[in-house]
Amino acid sequence: MSQLLLFNVFNGLIIGAFYALMALGLSLILNLSGVINFAHGGFLAIGGYLAYTLIPFVGFWGALILSPLLTAFIGLLIERVLIRRLYGRDPLYGLLLTFGLAFMIEDGTRYIWGAQSLPYQIPGWLSSPLSTEFFFLTGYRVFMMVLVAAAVLALFLILSHTRLGLRIRAGTLDLETVSTLGVNVRVLRNLNFGLGIYLAGLAGVLAVGMLGLQPTIGDSLIMPSFISIIVGGLGSLPGTLLGGLLIGVATGMTTVFFPSASEAVMYVLMAVVLLVRPRGLLGEEGRF
Amino acid sequence: MDRVEEKAVAAPAVPVPGLRVDKRAADAVVWLLLLTAPFWLPLIGGYVQLGSRILVIALAAMALNFLLGYTGVLSFGHAAYFGLGAYGAAMTVAYIYPSTPLAMLVGVVVGTVAGAVIGPLITRLRGVYFAMCTIAFGQVFYYIAFQWSSVTHGDDGLSGWYRPPIDFGFATLDILHDGYAFYYMALAVFAVSAAVMAFLLRSPFGRTLLAIRENERRARFLGIPVDCHIWMSWVISCFFASVAGALYALLNNFVDPRALRWDMSGNFVIMAVLGGMRNFWGPLIGTAIFIVLQDYISSHTENWMSFIGLFFVLIVLFFPRGVLGMIRRRSAS
Repeated sequence: MSQLLLFNVFNGLIIGAFYALMALGLSLILNLSGVINFAHGGFLAIGGYLAYTLIPFVGFWGALILSPLLTAFIGLLIERVLIRRLYGRDPLYGLLLTFGLAFMIEDGTRYIWGAQSLPYQIPGWLSSPLSTEFFFLTGYRVFMMVLVAAAVLALFLILSHTRLGLRIRAGTLDLETVSTLGVNVRVLRNLNFGLGIYLAGLAGVLAVGMLGLQPTIGDSLIMPSFISIIVGGLGSLPGTLLGGLLIGVATGMTTVFFPSASEAVMYVLMAVVLLVRPRGLLGEEGRF
Repeated sequence: MDRVEEKAVAAPAVPVPGLRVDKRAADAVVWLLLLTAPFWLPLIGGYVQLGSRILVIALAAMALNFLLGYTGVLSFGHAAYFGLGAYGAAMTVAYIYPSTPLAMLVGVVVGTVAGAVIGPLITRLRGVYFAMCTIAFGQVFYYIAFQWSSVTHGDDGLSGWYRPPIDFGFATLDILHDGYAFYYMALAVFAVSAAVMAFLLRSPFGRTLLAIRENERRARFLGIPVDCHIWMSWVISCFFASVAGALYALLNNFVDPRALRWDMSGNFVIMAVLGGMRNFWGPLIGTAIFIVLQDYISSHTENWMSFIGLFFVLIVLFFPRGVLGMIRRRSAS
């Protein structure tokens, strides 16, 4: 029993780390640009499919590095052409546009790579269990956890220690003042969007090793990402991280006792948070 | 913060004095077209069931617009209450008692109660935050319908039941085999719903909602209990969305979890925007365009999702005021 519980908690942590990785990207974009990126799941799928296409040429490690970068580049282009026109408008239009974008990306990936699930090879040494007692600790899972943790750490370091990070944080608080101080806000928002999409692409490359590769891969991750942001508190990146891990673990634990309710538990968690603390766990008061 | 300023700058919807007669004429034209639709639809390549579908979905879009266009609150999760109405009606006929009025009643009660319970959790929130929470809560019912397959048959949907004829005592209306009968039954429900919504919007309550839309802070200073009004508007909107949902299940003799999914919510919003959010008949026109287009595209290409997606993008970029918004702007200038 305790092993089963441990297994599910660990599993929950992994899932939660994914939710957090997705949600951090969404959160970055939402905080600075006020756009809810419904197409985030689509970018995740692009990351996964690009990795699949790249592996024969550059190998697993090459794809791991290149694919998120390429995804981020596509993100930068889309921001320039489409997303930029949404800034300062009613959030309604941002939702509708990214909603349409999500449709187009899903259909586009289906058109290019086909609707059926594609096989995805991870290196053999990563897929074997590390010990017989803890059979669930496969190398790939531990590897994913480490990589996600590294990515999150790198993101927070960028935000706290680089000039770009400083500007993003300042822009989140008061974009107009940042603009008056001579920062090119257009470029800032562009880069910030790319950073968010990079995280989605990275999540995509890692997720296909676990969930398999199909055009709707992002669908199962987008709602939990929204909930992570709501639970953690809008406007707070540490909150988003906490929210993601929290609902991941809660989902994992529920799987042990009441499997069919494992999806429902995160909505319950969200309802409780909204009831007790509408601004979210680490959200600032009066921001929204 | 800056969102509040924006709203203050936006021009208030002042009724233009000379437009009164035109408006009545427009109402008359709309009703005349709806009343005669089953007869002229086949002549231009449509069919009666398409008319019924437009009517039913349009009711849902108008219900959403009560919230979106007249209260200024963005719900992106209305498919939930639409779908609950549909499941309520379908399950009543399939499991409890084959009666169309009872099915409608159960569907509407289920959808409205769910909306009323979830309302207090989200009416304190504003803007993007409100929209996100409506999306997330909308998905709850999708998962329930999807997972609880012993009752809802999960992804396959609930089929194998048929809408029963309505028995008035002195006569029976065979809505099952007679497409015209169903159309006029749906039109009757639509007419009553539209009339009630129009009446509410013209009442002091409706004017208060407009005040909240135009400037929430000012409305609060006037002593209007804003959260409470938004909650009421939300429940009214959910009520009519579930009426539409119940009709939708009866129309198809079928319901599946896609009626509850977020893409359905998105469709409702785009229909309202496409027709014109600031106009009472906007969502009806938007729905007609959207449904006809969807019907046409999905029968001609497999990649209909791309076209619908592109359609969304184009509307946002080039047509954000919708059909009626454009016309009104033209005639004003």
